[in-house]
Amino acid sequence: MIAIVDYGVGNLFSLSSSLKALGLECEVTRSPERLRAAERIIFPGVGAFGDARAKLEDTGLVPVLREEAQRKPLMGICLGMQLLFDKGFEYGEHNGLGLIPGQVADLRPELNDKSIKVPHMGWNSLHIVKDDPLFKYFKDGEYVYYVHSFYARDCAESTLGTSEYGGVAVTGAARNGNVWGVQFHPEKSGDAGLRLLRAFAEL
Amino acid sequence: MLAKRIIPCLDVKDGRVVKGTNFQGLRDMADPVEMARFYNDSGADELVFYDITASAEGRGLFTDILRRVASEIFIPLTVGGGIRTVDDFDRVLKCGADKVSVNSGAIADPSVIGAAARKYGDQCVVLSMDVKRVDGQFRLFAKGGREDTGIDAIDWAVRGVAAGAGEIVLNSIDTDGVKSGFDLEMLDALASKVNVPIIASGGAGKMEDFAELFTHPGIDAGLAASIFHSKQVDIKELKRYLREQGVEMRI
Repeated sequence: MIAIVDYGVGNLFSLSSSLKALGLECEVTRSPERLRAAERIIFPGVGAFGDARAKLEDTGLVPVLREEAQRKPLMGICLGMQLLFDKGFEYGEHNGLGLIPGQVADLRPELNDKSIKVPHMGWNSLHIVKDDPLFKYFKDGEYVYYVHSFYARDCAESTLGTSEYGGVAVTGAARNGNVWGVQFHPEKSGDAGLRLLRAFAEL
Repeated sequence: MLAKRIIPCLDVKDGRVVKGTNFQGLRDMADPVEMARFYNDSGADELVFYDITASAEGRGLFTDILRRVASEIFIPLTVGGGIRTVDDFDRVLKCGADKVSVNSGAIADPSVIGAAARKYGDQCVVLSMDVKRVDGQFRLFAKGGREDTGIDAIDWAVRGVAAGAGEIVLNSIDTDGVKSGFDLEMLDALASKVNVPIIASGGAGKMEDFAELFTHPGIDAGLAASIFHSKQVDIKELKRYLREQGVEMRI
């Protein structure tokens, strides 16, 4: 069973539908017992870093996630991925979960052309920089769907794939041990995204 | 690099897809779930569903359809039609929509843009506008293009973006249904004033119209309905053609 962490952030309809469409058993939950019982954990999220971090804190699940990340594959998606890093700088400085070394910063000041639109929204090609079982069914350069304004940086060691936007190599996928993170939405990335979720279910 | 997007639009009434010319004389087309599946397989980058039903019964049918589409199609879904309040956003987001488009609802009460953006994020709020030339001005129309609001459309867009709209669909009433190309003059006027993605709508008749559209750097996506529904233009073929023309395309 794949547990999808429910901490009141974002819409989990598409994510659970996509896993079901792949024939995978999944459960949207905030119960520590169910997270412990799961074979894998998906940690989603949309919105702002600090707000989501506070909501996660309120659930009391932080120690559970830290523990379970030592034992089983855990994957953060979008803001869920960003929360896995050490720090985030959206509306102030906030501590992340520290499961992947690096920080999450505003994309805007890094872009080489100020007319480039933020959020980075739409389909961008993901370039694999380090091969990984997560890419078992994924081809280098396939397009994935992004919606975000902040991005993970100073995480070269963990970076698995990047997408170019306005001269920035945006961290698209990262991994540290049992912990994976993808900035894009695999549940909105068509067939390529479904294949990535399938590979996650086989890790 | 970000790909340009090709977006088929499905107008849904009483559970069926329809498309009119110049907003009049709607013709029944097909089953929305079937069509969504077809477009997903053809490589559509996103789907837009407009609920053009007025009755409560039709609204219920629409959310059922939306839920069915979102359970099996895993690309971004934008939903519009009859969106007036944050509760309306909530209703369609819960059924699997990713973005919600407001049009007449925002004209009646502009505060819905900011309220929805604060709750769901700018990226979720699409400002859709029907625009027509009147007395040398790009004029904003309400109620499906039937009512001249007297508001300057470009000003309206600038205010909408300031309030939190994360994307704009510009539908030119002047070119809609005419199939002689997008309204590039109107689109350029908008692109020079706002810095959010712009989806061009109204006027696509052939593949070359999209190629011409994407020579205008401020435009992010092309939206059309009847030419895709009638299979006059095949999305797979269109995207291959555009890539050959040097347009970044997801294939």
